[in-house]
Amino acid sequence: MIGKSRHLLGLDGLAAADLTRVLDAAVGMKEVSRRKIKKVPTLRGKTVVNLFFEPSTRTRTSFEIAAKRLSADAVNFTASASSTVKGETLIDTVKNIESMAPDVVVIRHKYSGATHMLSDRLRCSVVNAGDGSNQHPSQGLLDLYTVREKKGNLKGLKVVIAGDITHSRVARSDIYGFTRMGAEVFVTGPPTMIPPGIEHMGAKVAPSFEAGIEGADVIIMLRIQLERRSGALIPGLREYARFFGLNAQRLKLAKEDVLVMHPGPINRGVEISSEIADGIQSVILEQVENGVAVRMAILYLLCGGTDEVAD
Amino acid sequence: MKGRRWRRILDHLEIDRAVKRIAFEILERNKGPRDLVLVGIPTPGPILAERIRRHMENVEGVRVPTGSLDITFYRDDIDARPRPMPKSTAIPVDVTGKTVILVDDVLYTGRTVRAALDALMDHGRPSKVQLAVLVDRGHRELPIRADFVGRNIPTGRHEEVHVLLTERGDKVDEVIIGEGEIS
Repeated sequence: MIGKSRHLLGLDGLAAADLTRVLDAAVGMKEVSRRKIKKVPTLRGKTVVNLFFEPSTRTRTSFEIAAKRLSADAVNFTASASSTVKGETLIDTVKNIESMAPDVVVIRHKYSGATHMLSDRLRCSVVNAGDGSNQHPSQGLLDLYTVREKKGNLKGLKVVIAGDITHSRVARSDIYGFTRMGAEVFVTGPPTMIPPGIEHMGAKVAPSFEAGIEGADVIIMLRIQLERRSGALIPGLREYARFFGLNAQRLKLAKEDVLVMHPGPINRGVEISSEIADGIQSVILEQVENGVAVRMAILYLLCGGTDEVAD
Repeated sequence: MKGRRWRRILDHLEIDRAVKRIAFEILERNKGPRDLVLVGIPTPGPILAERIRRHMENVEGVRVPTGSLDITFYRDDIDARPRPMPKSTAIPVDVTGKTVILVDDVLYTGRTVRAALDALMDHGRPSKVQLAVLVDRGHRELPIRADFVGRNIPTGRHEEVHVLLTERGDKVDEVIIGEGEIS
């Protein structure tokens, strides 16, 4: 159980205490990942199915490693090599998988709301591994974890999320997560990529990219998602890089101990210069390491029972 | 002291003597502090392990490596309930080839020790493992016994034994036994 749910579909609806519980559990998981023997028996006999209807390397591998480090059996399903290409509906495919009695299914789908719709129809736990441009809660949690580990606390931090906010499920989960933990979240990017009404989620729109970065404790850069037609919203990648790319000069506006983050995959020279992506302020690869720990915590907590008495 | 149904079975002096005696017995049995590693099971095993370490240092002048070992991931009783939060594991040295002294507050069913043995083996291959507990209250469910015991105390299954230690914020060191709400 995470919060009051046996699913993890988004970070909205989770209280600060629920988020903290996942982050605290992940601390112990990171210790396991750094051992010589990187495996504990706690989810022995559980089955985790990764159902990815959209390409993914990081998230799928991360969930698979997370399941295996806890001794759960992890099964991967890739849509391109499945019955979906033979015309089976999404619900039928997932119902068939459910008949094989998994405990958790981790689902990525290109349509927003797909995981929510499926969670109503399944008896097992559902983890949203990214649904369209809606949410990507495990990424949001690993971003919270990485910042908390580095800064000690999230309260009062200035967090700026820059780039294609419209298409970004990471941005939405990050906005909910960071604001719930007491950080101040700004979004910035080309006006065409800032969705109207984003203020209602708790984020402020920075007047310019530079104004957003100024005094920031955390900068989260987003990728231009050409596969989601982001290209139609900007004149060109070179112009985007020039006006909205993070480079050494712009980074000087932020606090000296700023953290530069990116959910990956990065487009070097577009939203972030190589110098910054590989620089000392970049925690991009630590995000990936923490991703495994956070996903272990998610699987661990979801496989727990419903009794109110906790130890 | 606690309410009517709770009574003290060890006071702070008795706890101190018991811990000191355990430290001496460990040194005697193992012919000195060489190759010893003290590993406490949270919580409060690491606090007791640290106290044992201090007594050993006073006698032998050697700092025995001391750490903590979380058993959350090795428990056999967590399916039906919300998952307990993992606690910290930090063992400062490689335990392979060492004599590990597992330290726990109360020995009861033996299931915690079973889990601790499994957890320990994932950190290396100790040449020996010995068990030190402050209180042995009986009711074993597994073939496990302690090598060093502070006090054997007969208990009923419905009773609870609590070890209060100042390091974890309790007012005094004491071991209490009872049932129901602690008032």
